[in-house]
Amino acid sequence: MHNDSTSKNARRHFLATAGALSTGLLLPDRFALAQTAARIRVGLMLPYTGTYAPLGNAITNGFKLAVAERGGKLGGREIDYFTVDDESDPAKGPENANKLVQRDKVDVLIGTVHSGVAMGMVKIARDTGTLLIIPNAGVNAATGGLCAPNIFRTSFSSWQTSYPLGKVLADRGHKKVITIGWKYSFAEESVEAFSEGFAKAGGKVVKELWVPFPTVEFQALLTQIASLKPDAVYAFFAGAGAAKFVKDYAAAGLKGKIPLYGSGFLTDGVLEAQGEAAEGLETTLHYGDGIDTARNRDFRAAYAKTFNSQPDVYAVQGYDAALLLGGGLDAVKGNISDKKPLIAAMEKVKIDSPRGPWTMSKAHNPVQDIYLRKVVNKQNKVTGVAAKGVEDPARGCKLL
Amino acid sequence: MEFLIQLLNSIQYGLLLFLLASGLTLVFGIMGVINMAHGSFYMIGAYLAYWLAAKTGSLWLAIPLGLAVVILLGVVLEAVLFRRLYGRDHLQQVLLTFGLILIFEELRSILFGDDVQGVAIPALLDFSIPLTENLSYPVYRLFISGVCLLIAAVMYWLIQKTRLGMMIRAGSSNRRMVQSLGININAIYSLVFAVGLALAAFAGMIAAPSASVYPGMGSQILIICFVVVVIGGIGSIKGALVAALMIGMTDTLGKVFLPDFSGFAVYLLMAVILLWRPQGLFRRA
Repeated sequence: MHNDSTSKNARRHFLATAGALSTGLLLPDRFALAQTAARIRVGLMLPYTGTYAPLGNAITNGFKLAVAERGGKLGGREIDYFTVDDESDPAKGPENANKLVQRDKVDVLIGTVHSGVAMGMVKIARDTGTLLIIPNAGVNAATGGLCAPNIFRTSFSSWQTSYPLGKVLADRGHKKVITIGWKYSFAEESVEAFSEGFAKAGGKVVKELWVPFPTVEFQALLTQIASLKPDAVYAFFAGAGAAKFVKDYAAAGLKGKIPLYGSGFLTDGVLEAQGEAAEGLETTLHYGDGIDTARNRDFRAAYAKTFNSQPDVYAVQGYDAALLLGGGLDAVKGNISDKKPLIAAMEKVKIDSPRGPWTMSKAHNPVQDIYLRKVVNKQNKVTGVAAKGVEDPARGCKLL
Repeated sequence: MEFLIQLLNSIQYGLLLFLLASGLTLVFGIMGVINMAHGSFYMIGAYLAYWLAAKTGSLWLAIPLGLAVVILLGVVLEAVLFRRLYGRDHLQQVLLTFGLILIFEELRSILFGDDVQGVAIPALLDFSIPLTENLSYPVYRLFISGVCLLIAAVMYWLIQKTRLGMMIRAGSSNRRMVQSLGININAIYSLVFAVGLALAAFAGMIAAPSASVYPGMGSQILIICFVVVVIGGIGSIKGALVAALMIGMTDTLGKVFLPDFSGFAVYLLMAVILLWRPQGLFRRA
């Protein structure tokens, strides 16, 4: 179902040719080798079912759009896609990644959304030396303690999306802040990064509140927030939890009394469900609505025309993954089997992204601007830059 | 003051849990069928509310329409699938109903997509009562609590005080004897089953405005529903109510006073109660 139709056609065409030749010339094997070596084998390991399916599809679309804009080629070579639905199941992560590496012999792995699954891919990439580009999962360790020359990320680290918000709150005169989030790694890393940034700017987190993942019963903690009366609240939830938390926060009468902030995932993709309750909410992220550059406008128009839907941050991250791979391959004239020069070239690529230009850090994570956004009319309008050229500290990374 | 509000939170959450679990205890206790797809009907209810409320413009219209759809679906499923499972091994029931979960999730994905959706709170109830300087209580939540209490009372009356209830209770103790007394037990089972599913769907519909509508929402509530049923005693409506309130209390106060243990406080409660009363609190003899 998710097999790419072009690759299917290509394969069919190839089989037909090979078949004709084999009967005529009895040289099938040599021919087959020559043919496959000429194409780049890209393994897309993303969620195509379940809660994260829209994210997986957006990343795939973004990637393919960038490839299409380069004439269907990267580094002058055509692409064969191999697709695996990772189901956002961490238990199957290493096995699925292995399938692509061992069975399909992919040159590069692209994936994935869920941090737990991405950690499985990181393990396989480290074990086999296969090139890995992470187009979403923000887990700090992927470009921190577990960084490796062959592992790149085109999205963000958890740290990056929340650290700059600390200073924003301190600058607004908020001194006592309560944090609230789901008790799982992405949220914990985000809350920690926010607290670090906030403390550095002179603020104090007076209480950390946690909710077991993925429960959405917040009433008890909202009551606590109301009675502790902090200056502001930092929240980390995503998806359904974000939708419900923001609505409950407003219904409890806290909105307008105690300002609520969060990393961009609090309002991304759920504004329709949050409705009026989200209006005016401010968040930080590396992308948003209404970035008024020609680059972004062109990207949005092309995406909307090709896929009949509006691109989001995930589409941008997928798009940039192809820009990174393409930029690297261009520099080495499409030679993907020689990893060292390719990696060196990828490190130097300047990505002309719809989010704004960015470069690779030594740990292979984007050095990028983090925007401050405000919900206006069900859009995450960019109102300014919270911090310019933010680089993840990449704690524990040996590439530094 | 804060403690009193937390108490209110506990009761409110407990009543919602009761509504979620009541259909399960009915089907599980009276018909002896483990319905893993109970949560799916919660989800189906929520999505029906979302879809019908958008079509008709009113949640009040969407609820009866949605209930009609679910009851019809329940009667068909009972006749086609579940009727074959009575008296069979629980494992086979789990297998069938687990399959249903997967089918319903996939259908949901095809029909409604995978996005989080919201349902507007009816204008009549869309306001809050100020309790303290900062905190207000959403009236819709109080309305849900009222509805849950009403349903608990109606169910209790129906099963304990009416002739129909007597037949249902008799049917669960000895199916063949009831049949030989000239009572159409198939029709009664069909009814109980449809009502059980309708209760789950109704919970989804009425919770949709405050809980949002999202993929996998059914499986999220399934486990806590089983905890309620097991603590309360399988098949006991009264037990489900008491257990739901206890869990609401444990969960809410746990979050406030022992935040590090809140994740498993509820399961600890279940373990303790099962050690003390392996049959649950109110298992009928």
